[in-house]
Amino acid sequence: MTTQHISVTVNGEVHEADVEPRLLLVHLLRENLGLTGTHIGCDTSNCGACTVHVDGRSAKSCTMLAVQADGREIRTIEGIADGATLHPLQQAFWDQHGLQCGFCTPGMIMQAAWLLGENDDPSEAEIREGISGNLCRCTGYVNIVKAIQQAAGTLREGESAPVVAAASVDGQEVSAEPAAAG
Amino acid sequence: MIPGQFDYVRPGNLDDALRILKDREGEAKLLSGGYSLIPLIKLRLAQPALLVDMRDITGLDGITETDDELRIGAKATHRQVHDDAIVQDHYPALIDLTGVIGDPQVRNWGTIGGSVAHADPASDWPAMLLAVNATIVCRGQSGERLIKARDFFLGTFTTAIEPTEVLTEIRIRRRPKGTGGAYTKLERKVGDFATVGSAVIVGLAPDGRIDNAGVGITAVADSPFAATDAEAILTGQQPSEELFRKAGDAAGAQASPAADVRGPVDYKRAMAAELTVRSLRSAVARALSYA
Repeated sequence: MTTQHISVTVNGEVHEADVEPRLLLVHLLRENLGLTGTHIGCDTSNCGACTVHVDGRSAKSCTMLAVQADGREIRTIEGIADGATLHPLQQAFWDQHGLQCGFCTPGMIMQAAWLLGENDDPSEAEIREGISGNLCRCTGYVNIVKAIQQAAGTLREGESAPVVAAASVDGQEVSAEPAAAG
Repeated sequence: MIPGQFDYVRPGNLDDALRILKDREGEAKLLSGGYSLIPLIKLRLAQPALLVDMRDITGLDGITETDDELRIGAKATHRQVHDDAIVQDHYPALIDLTGVIGDPQVRNWGTIGGSVAHADPASDWPAMLLAVNATIVCRGQSGERLIKARDFFLGTFTTAIEPTEVLTEIRIRRRPKGTGGAYTKLERKVGDFATVGSAVIVGLAPDGRIDNAGVGITAVADSPFAATDAEAILTGQQPSEELFRKAGDAAGAQASPAADVRGPVDYKRAMAAELTVRSLRSAVARALSYA
């Protein structure tokens, strides 16, 4: 079995690797690069937990080969905060309680980030359509939609998100048990 | 899920791709967006020895109008078609269709050529291509073949394309005045494969009668099919609710659905009829407003 040499930019950092063609992008991210924020949920292209951006387009990383990402720019949930300052979407999911178990959250936030890049003032219907490829089995989506609306407002106003140190989540942790994967 | 092992090449142009397909005839599969093929490879329902990635083959994703055709390059994503200015201005039926394929991520990467060549019996594009009897352009080493959609879809995951050919373009008759189309899809939840999908194109004569009609139905047979009985009922008649219902019932009767998690046979026939009625209403309204 031959391997392929690939060069992938992930969250601004260039990574070189020799990979089997069958390696999935999500496995490259999680296992080779240790970026476990991107989750594997259904593994069948349905749930969207593995959503990342590839050259600015949202993609399900369980349905893309690592070799297809060669030469491309990948952005994952680890790459959206500005240092200790949460991305407006991360802040909004916190403020609006847009998650319960948290398993779908990285994919949900990455899909929402793509959506807001396409449409900075989406209606509720457009938000629901925009995240229709992302399943949440806990929340019923109501607070997720509210969170995306809040973030859209924040981003439109160009305000910096309220400064919250990422380390201050102590005592407010949400469970991320894989058993709750949707 | 871990796919089985395969080799991978990314040829820089179409000629190289065609040579590879010839050298490895029967062993190779073309990879475009991957949203149909990779799930099958992960499930090991497909086990190609070689994937030929079309990514570096340029010039296959344009959307243009000639004097008589709308031409869509095989590598155009569903989203590209959906966002295209020509399509938005003149082809609302394609807007219907490209808005309901899979989900936003699938539409960001999945391509028209990949979807058509894959020929899933429940996929959306084939219904529309059958309704308009589009031309499917396939390139081999010896040249180009133009295949009409009604000669292209042969069965489940089976088409008239040869293993040594590449699907390069879809050509649809340029929309004449007085014609309209629509696509209506029933799905259990957003992003699901169709329970039934119905694509309709109608052309109206100056006196308001239906001059020509195309009806393509997906997900209720071994392969998407042209509902020719419905077309015959529609042709030459004045549009009416009664006529639409008769045509819808004929489309349902021509279906040969299998009972599965999406419903029993009778239900699917009834839905094929109902969705055809809804597509007809919309298509005729659009034809009237495109005079």
